[in-house]
Amino acid sequence: MATDLLLEPDVIDAVLAVAVANGADFAEIFVEDTRSTTTTMDQRRVEDLMSNRSRGAGVRVIVGSTTGYAHTADLSLAGLLAAAEAARSVAQRQSGGATVVAVGAAQVHAMRAEIEPSSVDRARRIEVLRAADDIARSHGGAISQVQLSIADNSRRILVANSLGLLSTDHQVRSRLNVSCVASGDTGMQTGRATLAATAGFELFAPERVAETANNAARQAITKMSARPAPSGDFPIVLANGFGGVLFHEACGHGLEADAIVKKTSIYADRVGELVASELVTLVDDGTCDGEWGAIAIDDEGAPASRNVLIENGVLTDYMWDYVRATQEGRASSGNGRRQTYQDLPMVRMTNTFLETRDATPDQIIADTPYGVYVAALGGGQVDTSTGDFVFGMTEAYLIENGEITAPLREANLVGNGPDVLARVDAVANDFAMAPGTCGKWGQQVPVGSGQPTMRLTGMTVGGTAA
Amino acid sequence: MSEIRELARRIAGEASGNEQIEVVVASGSDTNVTAYQGSVEKFTSATSAGFSIRVLLDGPSGARIGTASTGALDDESVAEALAQARDNARFATEDEFLAFARPDGVAAPEIDLVSPHFDALSTADKIEMALELERATRAGDGRIRQVQAATYVDYRSASVIVSSLGIDVETAETGAYLSVAAIAHENGENQSGYGLSVGRAGSELSVETAARDAIRRSTEMLGAVKAPSTRTTAVFDSRTASELLSIISSALSGDMVVRGRSFFAGRVGEKVAADAFTLVDDPTDIRHFAASPVDGEGLASRRNALITDGTLTGFVYDTVSARRAGTASTGNALRGGVTGCRALQLLPGTDDFDAIIRQVGEGIVVRSLRGVHSGVNPISGDFSVGITGRMIRDGQLAEPVREVTIASSLQKMLLDVVAIGNDIEWLPGLAAGQTIAISDITVTGS
Repeated sequence: MATDLLLEPDVIDAVLAVAVANGADFAEIFVEDTRSTTTTMDQRRVEDLMSNRSRGAGVRVIVGSTTGYAHTADLSLAGLLAAAEAARSVAQRQSGGATVVAVGAAQVHAMRAEIEPSSVDRARRIEVLRAADDIARSHGGAISQVQLSIADNSRRILVANSLGLLSTDHQVRSRLNVSCVASGDTGMQTGRATLAATAGFELFAPERVAETANNAARQAITKMSARPAPSGDFPIVLANGFGGVLFHEACGHGLEADAIVKKTSIYADRVGELVASELVTLVDDGTCDGEWGAIAIDDEGAPASRNVLIENGVLTDYMWDYVRATQEGRASSGNGRRQTYQDLPMVRMTNTFLETRDATPDQIIADTPYGVYVAALGGGQVDTSTGDFVFGMTEAYLIENGEITAPLREANLVGNGPDVLARVDAVANDFAMAPGTCGKWGQQVPVGSGQPTMRLTGMTVGGTAA
Repeated sequence: MSEIRELARRIAGEASGNEQIEVVVASGSDTNVTAYQGSVEKFTSATSAGFSIRVLLDGPSGARIGTASTGALDDESVAEALAQARDNARFATEDEFLAFARPDGVAAPEIDLVSPHFDALSTADKIEMALELERATRAGDGRIRQVQAATYVDYRSASVIVSSLGIDVETAETGAYLSVAAIAHENGENQSGYGLSVGRAGSELSVETAARDAIRRSTEMLGAVKAPSTRTTAVFDSRTASELLSIISSALSGDMVVRGRSFFAGRVGEKVAADAFTLVDDPTDIRHFAASPVDGEGLASRRNALITDGTLTGFVYDTVSARRAGTASTGNALRGGVTGCRALQLLPGTDDFDAIIRQVGEGIVVRSLRGVHSGVNPISGDFSVGITGRMIRDGQLAEPVREVTIASSLQKMLLDVVAIGNDIEWLPGLAAGQTIAISDITVTGS
């Protein structure tokens, strides 16, 4: 049914025809209609209920190596044509350029959520918050504050271009954040946990909500007895799940083709080389159903795919968007993403993870005489030109004589991507993924990160204890 | 009267019965040019708008608030947002402290944030400036191997805040900046550095300043090694000092204080910083790029002393956090129902960067911070971040260092401030910056 398309095919053809009229090589229209809600609870009060709708279109025109872009919230034919004219102002050729191929039948990718968020009464979201709040508070008097939020995002997109592509996707994401403060003689400590997936309201099953609230409360209470983290180089055992952010920062950004084509990445021109320990097989996969970075198509209309980046330590490929792939005469890998219709797409990760090996987590810990066990990580940051990165430990413990012992206060880990990849000396069989938000050049997109429990022979821990 | 003001008044006027309505409408346009390898890589020209509405329902045990927003200003979108905000409010918990701002008789400062020269540059001039920025950065030093992006941006924005309680204000501003990311290369090693020039109009920007900044920041890091692990004095330059002040500011938010999430709670009147440390939040100071005549609720901006000669003197509040604390708003509502500092500046000291380096003698200069969002906890005060910078030996800048962390706690760092520079730099964002030296920092490297 045409009305499901956000925009009629004849309007799309008319806009694309205007966009290429000055001799452009390529033109694209991206239409988005996103509805989101957030509900927060603090100290048992339902405080903020927010609804947002973001609807508009962006027109992109490429001529040679130049991209012109304009966006508008006015989806009338007149509004879209004005955007097309603004975007094509970069193209000044009098002739040549692309011929627009009329868009074909739309490839429609349906929503995979079971319960669409807009069908859920606000009271049911508040019930989830109250349930999580009760569970967090059941951990006792040390939990002095509980702050929660529940959010959902229902994003419909349409991408059409002068090559005849017409494709749509409906991405639904849901998230619960629980944040606890524990107070006592040693000050305040925080614990945080997130339940998030590319899914609808069905995500909030009671047992998963309980697990999330329990994790946040337990983390805050544990940290009350934490001692200052050590300072220096130590073996690091990373628990499964969000530890994958290490690979996201340590090498993921450096494998994005924009940094490769501009040769600003240390991984440029290194396909076929050994860049990591042979235990490292790193994959970016937008098709992982339900994971936070899952998509049917990227924001340029390319289907999501599974891309092996590093196989047994050898660099096999990079991640590509339309512009970089075209420059190199190859196909996009489905990694062209943008935050909203107001942004140009660029090369972004989807779900990035380290594949499993044979060891068990217990073996790895038992084999570590002294080190740091990182149970939860905050975010990280990398300089792709040097590979230097940091990431924060939000829950960590000492390992002494092969056993996990004292909890440690928050501290950052610093390292260098290539160096750390070479230091992976054990990888377990307990794969897990976790949700995150990745920022790049001012745009935020949802990504998944994953890995099994693994060990690094050494990394710099930035604590204050000698 | 502007169209957006008319729209805001019309919607605020729909409040009825036990209901109050507050409407914020913003509109703006921006131009963004990125140069790469001698040609225009990206050119974006866009207009955008935002409509956000809060509906407050008065009830027997207090008020409830619901919020909605949309990026389109057509009647249908606006009506949908109003309906959603009303619906959202019904599900909130009644709270005796919730209220919208009422006009408080404080006159907004007369500050003009619109440059009369904003339209002086043509599109071709803007493109040329971005191209020139890339050329100047590449040509300025033989070791610059790549310029990732050389960007010119300017914007013009207007916003109105109108409420059914009599708030009715309109503000406008213009702004422009140049930014360039350079990569220096020598002996098989890359180092990156960013340069910036900021103003209220494109004609105020300096290609040379931005290029020189990027060249110095990237080339000075060539040959960087791990710093020796030690406990020493860290000298934050104006940019990293600005980041540090922004981090500390979260603990000065009255909202964080009343919610028990600030390590400053209950400490007004106590010594919390070195004697030389005087911090004010002053969005009325036109030199600050975050200056604005009114806050996010439409109340007049004002100068608020936070820490004076090392003593904690107060916090910043919006209407609701002030009611919870039993005081009055300080004009510190941010957009989106958040309270916080708006335009921080530190009282300048007497010495410049070089003089402070000489006084410090031995230490480390902090040129960039990494992992601030993960390594600093403004509730507990734990501080551990990755840095790049230069060692200080014999009062001089020495070898560059990388893959280094510095750690302390925010509480201790404020007390350990040993020097504040006179070299104030007006940066975009929350805090102006100047050199700050802090002793007894744990440095972890090799």
